Amino acid sequence: MPPLIELRNVTKVFGGSIKDKDTGKVTVALDDMTFVLEEDFPHIITVAGESGSGKTTMLMLLLGFYEPSAGEVLYNGKNIWKMDKEETKDFRRNVQAIFQDPFAVYNPFYKVDNLLSIPIKNFGLAKNKDEARSLMESALTRVGLRPEETLGRFPHQLSGGQRQRIAVARALILRPKLLLADEPVSMVDASLRATLLKQIRDLNQELEIPVLYITHDLTTAYHVSDYILVMYKGSVMEAGDVEKVIRDPQHPYTRLLVNSIPWPDPNMLWGQAAEVVRGKSITENRGCKFANRCPHMTNMCIQSPPPLYRVREGQVAACYLYQGSSVIERADLSAMFPKREAASVKS
Amino acid sequence: MSGFLSYVKRNPSLGIGLGILLFLLLFTSVGRLIVNPENAYPLKVPANLPPGPGYPFGTDRQGRDLLAVMVVGTGLTLQIGAIAGSIGLGAGIVLGFVAGYYGGALDTIITSFIDVYMSIPSFLILILIASTFRNITLGVVEMGLIVSIVSWAGPARAIRAQVLSMRERPFVMMAKLGGMSSFEIVMKELVPNLLPFLVMSLSQSVYGGIAASLGLEALGIGSRREPTMGMTLFYVNYYSAFLVGMWWWIIEPVAVIVLTLTSLVLTSIGLDEIANPRVRRGV
Amino acid sequence: MNNNKVLLDIRDLKTYFYVKAGTVKAVDGIDLQLNSGTKLGLVGESGSGKSTVALSMMRMIRPPGTVQGQINLDGVDLLKLSAEEMRRMRLSQISMIPQGAMNSLNPVMRVKDQVFDGMIDHGTNWASKKEREEFLAELLRIVELPPKVGMMYPHELSGGMKQRVCVAIAISMHPKILIADEPTSALDVVIQRQVMETITRLARDMNLSMILIGHDMGLMAQSVDRLAVMYAGHMMELGDVKEMFSDPLHPYTVALIESLPILGNRGVFKGIPGIPPSVINPPPGCPFHNRCNRMMPDICPHKAAPYKEVRPGRWVSCHLY
Repeated sequence: MPPLIELRNVTKVFGGSIKDKDTGKVTVALDDMTFVLEEDFPHIITVAGESGSGKTTMLMLLLGFYEPSAGEVLYNGKNIWKMDKEETKDFRRNVQAIFQDPFAVYNPFYKVDNLLSIPIKNFGLAKNKDEARSLMESALTRVGLRPEETLGRFPHQLSGGQRQRIAVARALILRPKLLLADEPVSMVDASLRATLLKQIRDLNQELEIPVLYITHDLTTAYHVSDYILVMYKGSVMEAGDVEKVIRDPQHPYTRLLVNSIPWPDPNMLWGQAAEVVRGKSITENRGCKFANRCPHMTNMCIQSPPPLYRVREGQVAACYLYQGSSVIERADLSAMFPKREAASVKS
Repeated sequence: MSGFLSYVKRNPSLGIGLGILLFLLLFTSVGRLIVNPENAYPLKVPANLPPGPGYPFGTDRQGRDLLAVMVVGTGLTLQIGAIAGSIGLGAGIVLGFVAGYYGGALDTIITSFIDVYMSIPSFLILILIASTFRNITLGVVEMGLIVSIVSWAGPARAIRAQVLSMRERPFVMMAKLGGMSSFEIVMKELVPNLLPFLVMSLSQSVYGGIAASLGLEALGIGSRREPTMGMTLFYVNYYSAFLVGMWWWIIEPVAVIVLTLTSLVLTSIGLDEIANPRVRRGV
Repeated sequence: MNNNKVLLDIRDLKTYFYVKAGTVKAVDGIDLQLNSGTKLGLVGESGSGKSTVALSMMRMIRPPGTVQGQINLDGVDLLKLSAEEMRRMRLSQISMIPQGAMNSLNPVMRVKDQVFDGMIDHGTNWASKKEREEFLAELLRIVELPPKVGMMYPHELSGGMKQRVCVAIAISMHPKILIADEPTSALDVVIQRQVMETITRLARDMNLSMILIGHDMGLMAQSVDRLAVMYAGHMMELGDVKEMFSDPLHPYTVALIESLPILGNRGVFKGIPGIPPSVINPPPGCPFHNRCNRMMPDICPHKAAPYKEVRPGRWVSCHLY
């Protein structure tokens, strides 16, 4: 059975053509990325990175809002840019998203019910208006909202947290096969974040679907996900079990990131910043993207990009520091994430 | 209604603009009942009379009652504006949305066409086209159609720009994820949000249409009989009203034109405030 | 360096906005002290009033807002000064890096001109152009920027560098107090740490007293000495930052800390139910009562709790104490 969704050697450049990829004249948002998600992978996987890492580009490519400059995006084995109308509808129905800005996802002209009723209507999820209504009400109750207080209101009449919860309710109603969440809590108040994250976790466990959680905030990533992919300038630096990667990062970039996390514990102060600042004299495009900031840089690092080495069970890093270990092909990246296991974390 | 009035207090441009427009419309419609519209045409009343009893606006060289001229002419000029404005806006909407939303080759074709079109002085186009109509009597409708030739490009460009910026917004993405087709998205998501902007575009193309028609008519290209504002100005010039001291003949059409155009500008400014939240002055 | 001297003493600060819909009580009677040479964190969610406190301190609240109470800086009540006297205080005595500062730099002025602009307004003079250049270079060095940045325009700088320029402008006249409102919210986590470390280092070197305003408890834990927690315009708790985290007193502080992810606590989600109250015409009683797990129905919804010192250096506003 083909994988649910797949990025196959996808490169995305902005500001020029793909031919100029290595010249530095264009921005390479995503560089030869291969990523596979199987249908029976009911876990939450974080794609983490700072701005410019390529995580948002990856989201837009997976949703079919950006077209790859090179490579293919495949859904159920078929290239999404070559699908016919039926297949596209199936793709749209089964790949859903929650976005960052709780206000911008609503058309201010319409009531918030619109967000729920439109997909119900277009995907035929209810036979008539009453059934649609009860579907909406039960979903809203499940995310902790009171239908009488939320339905019939306009977006500006509700709080950010409420609006974001409606977006989660929408995903519950649609029962997609894949959910992409783009920084769903970054614009929500601190006291509401935990609740919202719990609802996303519950959704993942109830529907047993893969959830791709995109963020720059490693603390929430740690909190809600099982696996993590760390991106830098369009390439994967490290990947694996979220517990292992954050507690004991292997890649120098991940170490820098983790060391910079402001943990809410005054006894856990920022560790030593292991970073070097060099001039831009080194071309980043031929070798490892992190080379000119890396304290362990060697000649090999700037010649060619390192492959993914299996540092240990459940953790891989793209760094020549580990060249003694076995290599994992990028296409097999998701093979290291076990399928259909009982969720490893109790909620 | 009270909500509308309190809004108008905060947005005086819109209020005043619409107010003047309303006044002009009443002037021309109710006026027709009071004044004899026939007298707006030549040789109906004694000529060259300054404002006085019986003829509060005076009469002109051709024997038209200028009050009747103002009443009828205002309506005619507004008609020209309305025709030009609606055609301009209609074409602008279709082209702007198609180019802005669908993008790609279609966008490039439409945009290039608009760019080339707008680089040709519109007045030249108007005169060329208008002069081919020399054998046909130019009525108000014909005038409106001619002038609309130059009033569609500006709106098309502006609407396209608005659509381009809206297209990337998350609520459009959500609509796509909700299974809406492109056409549905344009009609149901984008147009309602753009409504204030579109109305503003309308007032701008009406303005453009009237201004262009005034330009043509002042040169004499227009209907010789109809008492539009532009033709009145033409006759003011033709009969050297300045030299003869017929001041009333000069002031009246100018006043009506100023009022009309000002009201359109004010309405446009007022609508811009609704359409563009960043311009809003404190809510 | 005298850490025991109270530099800033705010008493019963009330900032209300009178609008058509009612009275917005953005800040409803708070007390705050800042000791000389220390860093105070002011944390709260949206609507808590923390930014309004900063603006009130700088007397930058415009009508229909009104500010009442006392803001004593080194014995001088800022609210009683004339507009001209307050203008002279800003930047030279009390200085602020407002929210989104890095996006508010003048795009058509070079960095050096923006730094000098405020100083010249305050009547600063240099003996010669060379002296002025040296001063700028030294200032940039303090915020860890190379001297050539002085000649650059804001658009040529990265986010972190722009923020450092804002810091430089704020400390250019060596004020007594520096207020930083969400100085790193738009920055990536690595840059955030670097900028925060720069700020705390220079605060220590220049013996500045600092108020850090934000919503990120993690950042507070890393950067400040004392922490104040605000909610819906009220001060809920204040105390030493280590004690606040290890032994929080107010139920809101407790719930907030428990909801935060921490290493080793994966998958445990303890959100706070309910939503923050509206600040327009707020009801009487404690603003947190409808979400509090230790609410006492006889008193909490009806009367707001007095703000008092329940332990040395620990202030709480809660009926439990």
